[in-house]
Amino acid sequence: MTATVSSQGEAAPEAPSTVRTLTLAAAINAGLRAAMDRDPKVVLMGEDIGPLGGVFRVTDGLHKDFGERRVIDTPLAESGIVGTAIGMSMRGYRPVVEIQFDGFIFPAYDQITTSLAKLHYRSQGRITVPVVIRVPFAGGIGAIEHHSESPEALFAHTPGLRIVAPATPQDGFDMIQQAIASPDPVLFFEPKARYWDKGEVDTARVATQLDADAGASQGTAEMGSARVASPGSDVTLLAYGPTVRLALQSAVVAAKDGVSVEVIDLRSISPIDFDTVLASVKRTGRAIVVHEAPVAFGTGAEIAARISELAFFHLEAPVLRVGGFHTPYPGSTHEHDYLPSLDRVLDAVDAVMAH
Amino acid sequence: MAGIGPLSEEGLVRLLNYKGKRVKNAKFASYAEDLTPDDLRGFWRDMMLTRAFDNEATSLQRQGELGLWVASLGQEAAQIGSASVLRDPDYVFPSYREHGVALKRGIDLPEILRTFRGHQHGAWDPAAHRFHLYTLVIGAHSLHAVGYAQAMDWDGLVGSGKPEADGAVICYFGDGATSQGDVNEALIFASVNNAPIVFFVQNNQFAISESTTRQSKVPLAQRADGVGMENVRVDGNDAIAVHAVTAWAMEHARSGAGPVMIEALTYRMGAHTTSDDPTKYRTKADEDYWRERDPIARLEAHLNSLGELPEDFVDSVAAECKEMGKRTREAVRSWPKPPKHLIFEHVYAEPHARVEAERTWFERYEATFADAEVAR
Repeated sequence: MTATVSSQGEAAPEAPSTVRTLTLAAAINAGLRAAMDRDPKVVLMGEDIGPLGGVFRVTDGLHKDFGERRVIDTPLAESGIVGTAIGMSMRGYRPVVEIQFDGFIFPAYDQITTSLAKLHYRSQGRITVPVVIRVPFAGGIGAIEHHSESPEALFAHTPGLRIVAPATPQDGFDMIQQAIASPDPVLFFEPKARYWDKGEVDTARVATQLDADAGASQGTAEMGSARVASPGSDVTLLAYGPTVRLALQSAVVAAKDGVSVEVIDLRSISPIDFDTVLASVKRTGRAIVVHEAPVAFGTGAEIAARISELAFFHLEAPVLRVGGFHTPYPGSTHEHDYLPSLDRVLDAVDAVMAH
Repeated sequence: MAGIGPLSEEGLVRLLNYKGKRVKNAKFASYAEDLTPDDLRGFWRDMMLTRAFDNEATSLQRQGELGLWVASLGQEAAQIGSASVLRDPDYVFPSYREHGVALKRGIDLPEILRTFRGHQHGAWDPAAHRFHLYTLVIGAHSLHAVGYAQAMDWDGLVGSGKPEADGAVICYFGDGATSQGDVNEALIFASVNNAPIVFFVQNNQFAISESTTRQSKVPLAQRADGVGMENVRVDGNDAIAVHAVTAWAMEHARSGAGPVMIEALTYRMGAHTTSDDPTKYRTKADEDYWRERDPIARLEAHLNSLGELPEDFVDSVAAECKEMGKRTREAVRSWPKPPKHLIFEHVYAEPHARVEAERTWFERYEATFADAEVAR
């Protein structure tokens, strides 16, 4: 009663802020929690995701709060994880599975490419398989073999899969929920080197979107759209996941040399938002794609080909790519020679500006 | 094995109880009969050296000299006991924690750390040591091991009538790996092809955080029953029993009688790797229970009860262990950073245009930094 009395005559208290500062890992964790709260059909599966909370702690606390029926420590078998998730999804569940590291996804490659990607097509749309596969990916953390790879192009080359990669805590929070709401299978590549980067996250907007009618399709559209991370007018740098930060750093340094770089965070690799990409490249006339995966046959090759098809007469210079070499990911002492670096991106900026 | 779970100690082959007293076993005792006190002291020494190296590597990781370390702490009896029966024609496919087996195959242990320092993915010549590279992809090597064993058979190295010349493959993996499709396929391929291979499962009770009870409802050795393969469960912390069952199994395989699966129940006394925190998923009581069953202490107690562990021997092993630590530290710190062009070496056995083009680009690019240095 006292509380009621004391609040009388005062202004209504402000709604609590929906903006929090979170790391990327914590933002994805919060996004998973929100999705599990929203939909009891969302279940998590993976190796060590239960009491341990995952090796990167992305599922920390969820086993305790949602129980072992919804947060499942699986046997150590990636093909089994994805294969059983497909069956669950056929009964309306929304499995979100974790592959512990990029290089360990391959036992599941068969299930992903021959079943998960094709069931909707093969069944004339009668079967949907809304499975989300979370993959901590890419390098730069000094890890041992098979723990630093970027296999996204292998999956982007497979029709039927949506491939996304958040670069910021806000996108981590929003996009994991959009991916879960999507009726299609989604590979959700998380840049592990950025897990501990902090950023502001507004938790309200995506909730409003997904609670609304047709929320899932809006979410799918949004996670498939690129974002202008930093505007510019001379060169377009196209990046996703771990290389967005590198591209932004490059833009800052290039600006000191008088070069105005526009950074586009693609967010989605399948599909690629070419409307946003082409609008930028038609203005700047120069494009550079930056990713950690090997350049040969990679995402950058697809982007360069499409730009040359659709914006050829706007180009001032060839489209360049900065990325990994056509070698296995090397030992960690050499990973910073292998990975795209500030110097290599700026070299490419100089090269396209020289035209 | 009916009705028991995957961590049960019931029915394990055991020749030493955990206080180091010999116990009887009708089937396997004969395989340990020839072991002399000298042999047993050798086991103890090898276990001590493995642990000294392992502890040093853990320290080096803590000091930032290694990116990661995967300790073998607590699994020394399973490794030394099994590797003690191997001879030259035999071939080993390890997973990535078999430092004791590496020692027995003549690997200079500090060399293992080149991988964990991030210098190269495989630091030794597998053929020279008949010891394959460590494989981090869980269970993937089990199939390679079966194929290698089949080829040994085709090449006349199995059941030749000259037992001393015969060989077989031994393939190590852990409890977690038994869930992988590859491992189950390996069991099937080995069985139907009667491949000369021993699958040696170190059930150390954890796949990172997950108990073996998340992988199986029954003892892991029972996986072999399903494919009609001989199998045995042994106390993995009893070096003598492990030696005996492995001696039996390798003879079986070398003779052409077919594959065997050994499950050695042991305990991962340390973390999964230096990146892991076991306090999140297991109890101190559990750790204490298994510390009581430390494999080195057990053999030590046995040797002491026989009066076969003289002080001067203990002192000499202590000195060797100290030297192992020192040599490991010095080796790791002495390695120069490998040259950058190694990134492009050995991707293919013959030149590949794409790799060569990228190498050329990289060398020119690197040279621009050298030019910049000169200009300054």
